[in-house]
Amino acid sequence: MSEYRKETSELDARAPEGPLAEKWTHHKDHVRLVSPGNKRRIDIIVVGTGLAGASAAASLAEMGYNVKAFCFQDSPRRAHSIAAQGGINAAKNYQNDGDSTFRLFYDTIKGGDYRSREANVYRLAEVSTHIIDQCVAQGVPFARDYGGLLDNRSFGGVQVSRTFYARGQTGQQLLLGAYSALSKMIGKGGVKMYNRHEMLDLVKVDGKARGIIARNLITGEIERHSAHAVILATGGYGNVFFLSTNAMGSNVTANWKAHKKGAYFANPCFTQIHPTCIPVSGDHQSKLTLMSESLRNDGRIWVPKQKGDTRKPNLIPEDERDYYLERRYPAFGNLVPRDVASRAAKERCDAGYGVGASKMAVYLDFADIIKRIGADGVAAKYGNLFQMYEKITDENPYEVPMRIYPAVHYTMGGLWVDYNLMSNVEGLYVLGEANFSDHGSNRLGASALMQGLADGYFVVPYTVGDYLADDIRTGPISINLPEFEQAEKAVKDRLAAFVNNKGSKPVDYYHRQLGKIVWEQCGMSRNAEGLKQAIIDINALREDFYKNVRVPGGVNELNQELEKAGRVADFIELGALMCQDALDRNESCGGHFREEFQTPEGEALRDDDNYAYVAAWEYQGAGVPAILHKEELVYENIKMVQRSYK
Amino acid sequence: MNLKLKIWRQKGPKAEGKMVEYPVNDVSPDMSFLEMLDVLNDHLVEKGDEPVAFEHDCREGICGSCSLYINGEPHGPGRGITTCQLHMRSFKEGETVYIEPWRAKAFPIIKDLVTDRSAFDRIVQSGGFISVNTGSPVDANAIPIRKESADEAFDAATCIGCGACVASCKNASAMLFVSAKVSHLSLLPQGQPQAKERVLAMVAQMDAEGFGNCTNTQACEVECPKGISIEHIARMNREYLGAAISYSPPKATVGGD
Amino acid sequence: MSTQSTNSFFLSSLSKKYFMAATGLFLIVFLIGHIAGNLQLFMSGYEGRLQFNEYAVFMTTFIPVKILSYITYFCIVFHVVDGVALTIQNRKARPQKYAYSRPDKNTNFSARNMMVLGSLILIFLGVHMYAFWAQYHWNDQMPIMLHTDGVSPLLKETSAAIKGGQVVGTDVVLNGEVLGPVMKDLYQIVMEAYQVWWVTLFYVISMVVLAFHLWHGFASGFQSLGLNHPRYMPVIVIAGRVFSIVVPALFAAIPIYIFLFVK
Repeated sequence: MSEYRKETSELDARAPEGPLAEKWTHHKDHVRLVSPGNKRRIDIIVVGTGLAGASAAASLAEMGYNVKAFCFQDSPRRAHSIAAQGGINAAKNYQNDGDSTFRLFYDTIKGGDYRSREANVYRLAEVSTHIIDQCVAQGVPFARDYGGLLDNRSFGGVQVSRTFYARGQTGQQLLLGAYSALSKMIGKGGVKMYNRHEMLDLVKVDGKARGIIARNLITGEIERHSAHAVILATGGYGNVFFLSTNAMGSNVTANWKAHKKGAYFANPCFTQIHPTCIPVSGDHQSKLTLMSESLRNDGRIWVPKQKGDTRKPNLIPEDERDYYLERRYPAFGNLVPRDVASRAAKERCDAGYGVGASKMAVYLDFADIIKRIGADGVAAKYGNLFQMYEKITDENPYEVPMRIYPAVHYTMGGLWVDYNLMSNVEGLYVLGEANFSDHGSNRLGASALMQGLADGYFVVPYTVGDYLADDIRTGPISINLPEFEQAEKAVKDRLAAFVNNKGSKPVDYYHRQLGKIVWEQCGMSRNAEGLKQAIIDINALREDFYKNVRVPGGVNELNQELEKAGRVADFIELGALMCQDALDRNESCGGHFREEFQTPEGEALRDDDNYAYVAAWEYQGAGVPAILHKEELVYENIKMVQRSYK
Repeated sequence: MNLKLKIWRQKGPKAEGKMVEYPVNDVSPDMSFLEMLDVLNDHLVEKGDEPVAFEHDCREGICGSCSLYINGEPHGPGRGITTCQLHMRSFKEGETVYIEPWRAKAFPIIKDLVTDRSAFDRIVQSGGFISVNTGSPVDANAIPIRKESADEAFDAATCIGCGACVASCKNASAMLFVSAKVSHLSLLPQGQPQAKERVLAMVAQMDAEGFGNCTNTQACEVECPKGISIEHIARMNREYLGAAISYSPPKATVGGD
Repeated sequence: MSTQSTNSFFLSSLSKKYFMAATGLFLIVFLIGHIAGNLQLFMSGYEGRLQFNEYAVFMTTFIPVKILSYITYFCIVFHVVDGVALTIQNRKARPQKYAYSRPDKNTNFSARNMMVLGSLILIFLGVHMYAFWAQYHWNDQMPIMLHTDGVSPLLKETSAAIKGGQVVGTDVVLNGEVLGPVMKDLYQIVMEAYQVWWVTLFYVISMVVLAFHLWHGFASGFQSLGLNHPRYMPVIVIAGRVFSIVVPALFAAIPIYIFLFVK
């Protein structure tokens, strides 16, 4: 399958020269600065107000830039970062277990199965400690021990305790910290906040990102906003699968519009399937709920040894249970990384050993730990999670094992960015989950929060100045330029087309169809045959969508169906690109598992000779294969080895 | 099961609204309340009607978007949950279910069940923060904080800003929301330097937004999905009294030469 | 952050709470004093009458008590005015009511109905003040009795026996004979009032209303002043509940006792 042109190795990450540990310091010391007086003359647009967006908007405003921040939610505090449960990593070594910047860097590269950029990941590990300091200064109530100092816990795939946490609501507390910083700057006038605004296009002037077209979701008004730089911090695209742990509103639209305007989309097929989610209970299901990875510290995962065993779990004797993770991976057992645990669950269910009504679930059993430390002890550790499980499933996990199944959780892919977090479109920066840079093909637990805040607080505020130093004499960008006019017209036409399309099927119908295709063919395991078929199916779905979708209501009002229609349209195109990317990558790595490329034991088989690159795709039109650009991944400081958790 | 829904429909902020009845059939007890509304909306779209606008996002009880007044209570029957965590097994066959938006002067209705809660944002903007710029603060472990205080601060900080406190309060008072933020920050040593300005400014903004007064009915505490205690209101009352008595604004100083 | 002037402090919603709480708690203290005095009505016969009426003289003439009584009037007025202001503001905070609401699911009856309960108490206060306070102060036809003033009793008949007498200065003169210093016989007024069944009933119902008002008001006052601590609040709540039952019950017991047992 080579229906697209490949252009090799032309993408330059522009990572600074020098020893790994000195790159970032050296870079910060030498990038150009913008003086305080000049910062006042520069406008920056930040789209998205999650961890990355809110922290960036606040920090840039504190520095003196004029910031305009946008979010589609009714308040910046509701961005989906808020739902992260587990924690945030930082190489503080407070527990004296030998942690260091290098170890965090190394774990992240290895966990990502050697598909991330060395210099970026090292910087991430380096600034991780500042994040904790910053957040504590803001009043984030991290867990503490009785001496009043910060507490840590351990997460999957690592051998140190470097995860800071705030019960099961770490994401919420970190986001509220960033939100408070953002609110402070809104109050002071440094940030103009646009709640309930959705970015519907990127505006480029002379090849540079100079503004956006946004829709006021209350009035439906289409607005032009200009700036000297545009920062996208719009999160991941897991909702392409329809069912995911993402919020209902999480979408790829801002990224996709930038992609259509020339920004390369990197590694779109790298999606993380989280192993411990509450299984689908029926066709009505709208989203999936995660059960924190921390449960795998004490829960044991098993299925019956007998196929199609319909006995109640408690009636299945010990010797008729298959603790398949402990069997297959004796060294790490139930604490293997997410991709490995997810695939193993799928393997068992596909082979007919699944449990529950749908047979698409495995048991996560706490009987042993309850025996050991008692129900009260378990409640102290996991009480809120057990309660959450019971609320949703109406089953008491103290008495019967939880039923869990993997679900889409995070997307490692995203817009391609260089070391400065600037995309290939000049002046367009991409932060957090929306970019591709730090997690390779699999993200480790508690690293998403770290990356979002690193990008927003400690990276982009430094790197953006290097670019903006050229703009101190530009003056305000006019919103009356023809580029704005054209972009606005295109947006209006597109919206009008939706409401005037008197089809018959609701938007959700198409979203579910798309989700089914992508989940089945581009989910936990993929093969060339299926991916080719998926591309055909998705293109057919796209045509059907534009012909038959029904969007009631008008354009100039709050119209949630219209919002969804625009997002699903972009997801459909993205789905095809994900399949194209997965098809191109003839290897298995991290979250990308191609059935054709596995070891005899069924483990992922990487091909470092041919695929140690970032696949960055250039948009060519809906239904037209994208053009591949490669960024070769060079590891100067570590050796690429086969991951093993056996 | 089959249910009769009575839902508040209102075309826009200035339009008249009314309760409209919709039957829904074949509801699975495993559905969440919002999934039941999804089903209703898909039917409405297929019939050519306008779907019911309602707010929701994370659907796991943490973002604070969902905000329905169900059968006379915010987030419906059940305690410690948001609407998205309410499941249909809490309802009986043939039951009539009333669904309304939050009602408060400070939360004007935008459409159907969607209200504008930006008053909460403005209250936070007036002072709900610690003024520390991004940069190089002291090491996180440089200030030990008593575990008890840290835990209590956390309890206050779990507020999701949904507005159920306002919705449940017969006076549409925002005291629980405001006090949770005041309490969270004042319990921590980092928040102390600004404590007086914070509580004065946030209360002034709360009043300016048109929320009612607290009469200690405790409805907010009962309905809060995160179980935030009215002890925080008492703490804010203390803080405000102390601040109002002792606060003197810093004098303007002339900069150096 | 904005600065705060003294003016805006008095206008803030929290200050209204403080005033409500402070005046309310003062009135609770007043109730303790009032019931302590009223319990003397359980004493019958001449000694009871004498003691109660002397107590009334003391309460209306002793300067510190007078000051306290003016503070009490002020608290009542302020409590009422502030309460009305709060209620008006609270009504405005929700211009459109819920079509279907179940406040009983999350609040108790008292907490929801403080304004109504308070208004009923105000009506009761009006009646109460007219029936006793106003009579005592302004009614020329008040029955009187001789003031013992530390001397052994001069007259053992009921006060009606000296109705024919004339007050000259502070003394009463009957048929040209100076009987001695007199005082107004409030005891008599009280005893007469509670012979009427509907007056008694009105008082008893009013005390039930007061009990409900206190049921919420007692602990609420502490909460408003910020006096809520996990360790002490349960004590305050229980004390409030006990107070709100016992004190109104004692108040109510007096008219019932008089109605049933004093003839």
